[in-house]
Amino acid sequence: MNAVAKRFPLRLDVRKGFVDMSHGGGGRAMAQLIEELFLKHLDNPCLRQGNDQASFDVGAGRMVMSVDGHVISPLFFPGGDIGSLAVHGTVNDVAMSGARPMHLSAGFIIEEGFPLADLERIVASMAGAAADAGVAVVAGDTKVVERGKGDGVFITTTGLGAVPAGVEISGDRAAPGDAILLSGSLGDHGVAIMSSRENLSFETRIESDSAALHGLVADLIAAVDGIHCLRDPTRGGLATTLNEIAAQSGVGMRLREDDIPVKPAVNAACELLGLDPLYVANEGKLVCICAAADADEALAAMQRHPLGRDAAIVGEVVEDPDGFVQMQTGFGGSRVLDWLSGEQLPRIC
Amino acid sequence: MKYVDEFRQRALADKLAAAIAQEANSTREPREYRLMEFCGGHTHAIFRYGIQDLMPANLSFVHGPGCPVCVLPMGRIDSAIKLAVEDDVVLCIYGDLLRVPGSGRTSLMKVKASGGDVRMVYSTSDALAIARDNPDREVVFFAIGFETTTPATAVAIRQAEAESLRNFSVFCNHVLTPAAIQNILESPEVREIGAVRIDGFFGPSHVSSVIGSCPYEFFAEEYQKPVVIAGFEPLDVMQSALMLVRQINEGRHEVENQYTRVVTRDGNVKAQRLVAGVFELRREFEWRGLGRVPYSALRIKPAYSAFDAERRFVVPDKAAKDVKGCECPSILRGAAKPTDCKLFGNVCTPDNPMGSCMVSSEGACAAYYSYGRFRQPGSATEAAA
Repeated sequence: MNAVAKRFPLRLDVRKGFVDMSHGGGGRAMAQLIEELFLKHLDNPCLRQGNDQASFDVGAGRMVMSVDGHVISPLFFPGGDIGSLAVHGTVNDVAMSGARPMHLSAGFIIEEGFPLADLERIVASMAGAAADAGVAVVAGDTKVVERGKGDGVFITTTGLGAVPAGVEISGDRAAPGDAILLSGSLGDHGVAIMSSRENLSFETRIESDSAALHGLVADLIAAVDGIHCLRDPTRGGLATTLNEIAAQSGVGMRLREDDIPVKPAVNAACELLGLDPLYVANEGKLVCICAAADADEALAAMQRHPLGRDAAIVGEVVEDPDGFVQMQTGFGGSRVLDWLSGEQLPRIC
Repeated sequence: MKYVDEFRQRALADKLAAAIAQEANSTREPREYRLMEFCGGHTHAIFRYGIQDLMPANLSFVHGPGCPVCVLPMGRIDSAIKLAVEDDVVLCIYGDLLRVPGSGRTSLMKVKASGGDVRMVYSTSDALAIARDNPDREVVFFAIGFETTTPATAVAIRQAEAESLRNFSVFCNHVLTPAAIQNILESPEVREIGAVRIDGFFGPSHVSSVIGSCPYEFFAEEYQKPVVIAGFEPLDVMQSALMLVRQINEGRHEVENQYTRVVTRDGNVKAQRLVAGVFELRREFEWRGLGRVPYSALRIKPAYSAFDAERRFVVPDKAAKDVKGCECPSILRGAAKPTDCKLFGNVCTPDNPMGSCMVSSEGACAAYYSYGRFRQPGSATEAAA
């Protein structure tokens, strides 16, 4: 973002105006959009420098980096919007390594004709989420595509974070005997999005669980030395996330359906739509795998944090060359939880 | 959720399991019980809740052809692809159909990706809305399903007529349950060779809510097979299994109704009249696995021909060959298990289905693959058991 200190003769009409092709053209109109909309909300010394790159000092140790494109539809949904989601999604991907998220970049692809008022609402929400998460958006990019070539706005965010010394968290570290913990109830985000889609009219008070999880991660790391894996079960839900980890670590998993928290309203909506909550997306939950001996301490640490109040131990890692994730059903039988096949719901994040 | 949870209680399941085990082991000579669930909904429940684990070793489930996506012959998918590509219609389909393979490794999903206007809808009213919003486009609804979904299609056609929606038509693929059950019972594997033994049937639940329990009385009598109309919840399936085992042990072959909270003997007469007003019997219709079955499907009556895509467009009625090695036909008749198929789990998976039974979550292959694969011979879990 090239911040230009010049004043503009007419202020940007964020109340009634629309994004047009000139806002992505690199000229004065773009400079004004950046100054009066993006900088207004996301302001920080790094961004204000107005260079083509953000410049900052790095400490010693290991850094992690993650990127996440957000194409969610609708842009505004119960419990959040694409702006806050673009912060939470990337902050969480960084945090799942145990890192403290530090910096974000944001790339906007906006469709011609998009209302400036909506854009401002999204950017303000993004700024609020970044401030809450203690990260700064230090670099950005704005592109505009012709009407019909995009769908409102797409946002890609990149995150950088620093891993504290001694923390080794990775999806290939799950070992037979480990406990599997879940930070809270499943499926809230997916059901909230579905309930707000035009062609699926059903009413529910379920809100997206979209939230930044780095605070919960920091508490976990402080409480337990040997966390093996952390991952946020987004697209594909818990079942798909556990299959990923099982494949990475070369192990199997066994879950107990009765111990997996799902809100009654989410269960009811899934029942109605023929979905399985274990495959529905979350944006504010994490799976933690640690040695069985540490499980109770990890659980207590999670439950002390507001975002982990409903945390539970839901199963264990087992030896299985086939890498199956199996579940003891609430009914007493057992079944495989396979990878999600196809797409359960497009454009969920 | 209360109304659903009541039908999934563990304690009741344990009691029923014990009762079934006792009944199934009460005969003087030990015997096997092979029960066919006609409906994909039952297949799905059996796998999703792990009901097989709760059954005695001498009771097994035989999966039937009651999954509308599975029995749809490839030729009908080819016809739908022709409508979307050559006739340039807006094709409205239920999501299940997207991945069903057509000839030559095509599917409606691939057609959609390459520019065909294929839209996923959740109900017939979505399709009507698309027709209203696009008056300059031909909109075709791909109607599929057993007797449960037919009334909704009838309502849509009547509604389109009432609104004079001239750009809306229906590609009708509605099929009939009784004709299919009779076909299985008449098949040489069951009747002559005795290769497939079926001792009793779980009758369809939602289908029966429309047609009632009466139509099954003929099979029970003629073929001397007990039928129990069963609900789709896991406790429904278990209670019905107990009722079937009892009938078999007592030498009875009656139609019993476990699903009394929904199904009556006469069914939904209003819905039946509605369907009879809009549809008529086809002389025959091709079913995957069963071949051409006489009087087993519906077509739109001439009075509504303006809304019949098969009259409005040229729709070839061509049979298409299934993929070589695909055992879907035998699996749909209960003559083979998914794991008997060489393609199962190798080249044929839910992500890349070669046969229709791997597509829908109600298909036997997809249920085996997604929920029950750990029981396969050779898996570590199987070896440990």
